[in-house]
Amino acid sequence: MDLIAHLPALQVIVPMLSAPIIVLLQPRGLAWAGATLAAVVSFAISIALAVAVLGGETQTYSMGGWAAPFGIALSVGGLSALVLLVVTGAAAIALLAARPSIDQQIELERQPMFYSAWLLGLAGLAGIVVSADAFNIFVFMEISSLASYVLIAGGPDRRALLAVFKYLIMGTIGATFYLIGVGLIYMMTGTLNLADMESRIGEVAQTRPVLVAAGFITIGLALKAAVFPLHVWLPNAYTQAPHMITVFLAACATKVSIYVLIRFDYMVFQPTMAEHDNQFALFLMPLALLGILVASAVAMFEGNIKRLLGTSSVAQIGYIMLGASFISLAGVEASVMHIFNHALAKGGLFLAVACIAFRYSDLRIQELGGVAKTMPFSCAALVLCGLSLIGVPGTAGFISKWLLITASLQSGPWGWVFVAVILVSSLMAVVYIWRIVESLYFGGSTNRDSVISEAPLQLLVITWIAALANLYFGFFPELPLALADNAADVLMGYGK
Amino acid sequence: MKLLELLGYYNYWVFAIALVIGLYAVISKTNLIKKLIGLSIFQSAVFLMYITMDKVEGGTAPIIKAGVEDQIYSNPLPQVLILTAIVVGVSTLALGLAIVVRVNERYGTIEESEILESD
Amino acid sequence: MTPENTILIAICLPLVGMLGIIIAGRFSANLRETVTLITALCLVYVVWSLLPELMAGGRPAVEVTQLLPGISIAFRVEPLGMLFSALASGLWIVNSIYSIGYMRGNKEKHQTRFYACFALALSATMGVAFAGNLFTLFLFYEILTLSTYPLVSHKGDANTVRSARVYLGVLLATSIGLFLPAIIWTYVIAGTGDFVLGGILPGKLQDPEVGLLLGLFVFGIGKAAVMPVHRWLPAAMVAPTPVSALLHAVAVVKAGVFSITKIITYIFGIEFLFDSSSSGWMFYIAAFTILAASIVALRQTNLKRMLAYSTIGQLSYVVMAAAILKPLAEVGAAIHMVAHAFGKITLFFAAGAIYVASKKTELYQLRGIGKRMPWTMTAFTIGALSMIGVPPTAGFVSKWYILAGAFQAQNTAALFTIIGSTALNAAYFLPIIYMAWFAKEESGGKDHGEAPFPAVLALTITAMLTLAFFIFNGPVIELESQVVQGLAP
Repeated sequence: MDLIAHLPALQVIVPMLSAPIIVLLQPRGLAWAGATLAAVVSFAISIALAVAVLGGETQTYSMGGWAAPFGIALSVGGLSALVLLVVTGAAAIALLAARPSIDQQIELERQPMFYSAWLLGLAGLAGIVVSADAFNIFVFMEISSLASYVLIAGGPDRRALLAVFKYLIMGTIGATFYLIGVGLIYMMTGTLNLADMESRIGEVAQTRPVLVAAGFITIGLALKAAVFPLHVWLPNAYTQAPHMITVFLAACATKVSIYVLIRFDYMVFQPTMAEHDNQFALFLMPLALLGILVASAVAMFEGNIKRLLGTSSVAQIGYIMLGASFISLAGVEASVMHIFNHALAKGGLFLAVACIAFRYSDLRIQELGGVAKTMPFSCAALVLCGLSLIGVPGTAGFISKWLLITASLQSGPWGWVFVAVILVSSLMAVVYIWRIVESLYFGGSTNRDSVISEAPLQLLVITWIAALANLYFGFFPELPLALADNAADVLMGYGK
Repeated sequence: MKLLELLGYYNYWVFAIALVIGLYAVISKTNLIKKLIGLSIFQSAVFLMYITMDKVEGGTAPIIKAGVEDQIYSNPLPQVLILTAIVVGVSTLALGLAIVVRVNERYGTIEESEILESD
Repeated sequence: MTPENTILIAICLPLVGMLGIIIAGRFSANLRETVTLITALCLVYVVWSLLPELMAGGRPAVEVTQLLPGISIAFRVEPLGMLFSALASGLWIVNSIYSIGYMRGNKEKHQTRFYACFALALSATMGVAFAGNLFTLFLFYEILTLSTYPLVSHKGDANTVRSARVYLGVLLATSIGLFLPAIIWTYVIAGTGDFVLGGILPGKLQDPEVGLLLGLFVFGIGKAAVMPVHRWLPAAMVAPTPVSALLHAVAVVKAGVFSITKIITYIFGIEFLFDSSSSGWMFYIAAFTILAASIVALRQTNLKRMLAYSTIGQLSYVVMAAAILKPLAEVGAAIHMVAHAFGKITLFFAAGAIYVASKKTELYQLRGIGKRMPWTMTAFTIGALSMIGVPPTAGFVSKWYILAGAFQAQNTAALFTIIGSTALNAAYFLPIIYMAWFAKEESGGKDHGEAPFPAVLALTITAMLTLAFFIFNGPVIELESQVVQGLAP
């Protein structure tokens, strides 16, 4: 019983303390085993937290026993529990599958450091989610960012260095913007605790520093979350990262920034600042719509399969922001569900790509003609996850698309425009996914010898688990739905 | 009067100007090291903002001594925060420089335009 | 075996068959074909065992799982779906027999994949037929689209892939772009998507929007091939002929018109639509499609493409009959689904048999072929006569009912459309029949006889069915009349 109370802290501590130990595990394979164990334990912790949250209460924890506004508080509600599931689940799945792919891409002696950085990244992302303190969020954000710069720079291609440099500059600017905003709010309210901030900010809500702070925080986080048009770092970073790192980051990295953005805005600004919800909606909605359309259109013409999927992520982030910008229960629910479902679909897709990349290093679409003949299982998994990304009924992607369209229709006179945008971009998703499928199954070099040479079993099995999860959550979405319901209630202020 | 009021906020002016100089350098310079210098200025400006807001007029270091009462203390929290932020900034800078070293090894240049040409 | 379980078994059985086919395919082709046939036979037994319950007025229903509040995967058997499932499952047997002859005669590759996808498509068809609400219908509708894609692109060459892209593109674009928003709109305004006799929309939707929603449904269900969303059907003719036969004459296109009919009767309600002035356009678009498709068919030189355009026209008969919005016409729509299925599958079987035996695909090549392939061409003639609507064939029965419905509605436009299209149908079918039987064969052609025995057997069976339905149509009419019971004529 006692252990449950400590879970929010353990969620961060387990991966963080495992990281330095992993560095010492030099013998071949041990570092991987240790990192995987830590990630799986984190995943188990997040499941336990989700169960506890569904059982009723928000889980809170005071570090060192210091009470909330003075000490550092951690809290896990419906939204945090869901995002934690995504983060730790992505890490566990990616690490479980990672070994063959990482062995191929990272030199053996660098592997312990690499896995250690991976765990630090996981600790940082988990830390962002459990923190109830604005400054701690910044620190964890930087921990996770620094770790992910290191991870991406591990890619074998030298272009990875340039991609990561761009990411570093943009990421640092985003985080610093957030820091400025937090500083200004601290200046006006004298607190860093989010709940405390919410209760105190009302008195000074209309002062200029608070308005400026809201702007800095929104822009900074939008930059980290790769909201269009602040997304330019994302496609390159995802393309050049080692394949398994792409799986991990694509599934959860930007989602966590979106989580902070939504949480900060809904919890701190909207209840206290008059008209803020309108400003928020009017600022983000056009960006979300443009992002959905432009990124989907660009993705249709991308040549590299990883770049294509990375660009599609920008469009998917647009869906999440669109749901959030409705400022309605249904909209937030759709948005939160899409955080979960997109992680499933995109994680699965990148896993399948990692399988293919294990045998074929050139990932340009026209170079992958006829791969399905030699790797039937990997390609089938890719098709399945692709269908989920499109939002075909029976897959997880359909659930969030349904919720999003329902929320659009209920959002007022502009609803039909949103529906049209969502549908047009779904059709564009059909186009870009089908370009890949056609190349894999019917592509040019059909004279490939059809000797089956699949990816290693370890990679393949995990890929299929992810692919089947897309189906499972397409038919039985109760768990994420319950958490999303809880999250929407709390965010919209009904749950208190 | 108006002018004096504006000048009264000079510490914030320094913050704002340094911030913008840093941002300008990040955007306009093509040399990767210069970009990092800009980033560093940009971050330092924010540290200044934190440091400057904790100062309480007539305040001193918050060390409680026996017998001293009615003493005004400066707010120690922003200093602690910014200590953390400086560590973060230094790590970022170190990592950035390490990447630049690698870029130089692999490309033989640290000019962005030349790198883009060679790919 | 309760009727509720029977429904689930009917949907799962082809899936089990699919696994069996994949496993058996590793060992021997004969074993694989045996599995296919046994699965088809079992499916017919299971589906037809629901029939007595339906005739007695029962409506077995079962809910599988609830996805979101109010949105569940549920099945409910009613006369339209019963008819559709009985038809599709029954013809699957015949088609499997035919496939064996065709695929082996042509020495096609990837036969295991072919039979496996076929079984999956049948499972989806059963799901469409038994769907208890709009969401379930949509789910299986999309599975049907996706599972038939590998069948259409079976050959895998550049031309086939391009056509398959059109096929998938049109069907997915319409279903995601129009059908899905229509469904969600319905759920939002009615709070439910269950199929209820008399409709769930009356009183909840005002006039211009009725027409708009109807439009989203009619064009969103691209499988019904109402112009201008008919492009996929000719494109899909690159598929092997058994696929064209069962899927593009029976399962897929019938899933389209079936969905439209079902939505008109169970979501809108016939009387509600009849009273809404903004729904009238549907009739005209269907009438236009009938005539336009017949004219295009007249100009085709390729046999399968001509049949495809003929299918587009015949499908719109069903849509038009449903759009007349009178009880007798609705019965006519249901019967025409059956009549057209028997006739068109016979025609496709014949076209495929001609291809297997002689590699002929163009109309002008068919001169004098009747002497070489008498069985095939006799069946072809019967099928063609049924398309025209000449007694004693199935096509006559359904046309009779549609005309009766048109009289009920005093809809003279419908009368003239039917007369005009009958003339056009005759104009493109009769020359072929004449040429095949009476023209002299060009010299220097390949010397060939009949197609392989299974193919000939299959097309003979369906030709017999076409004739038999003219006389033994009582149970079907009795069953479908239940749908419109209690409505004013």
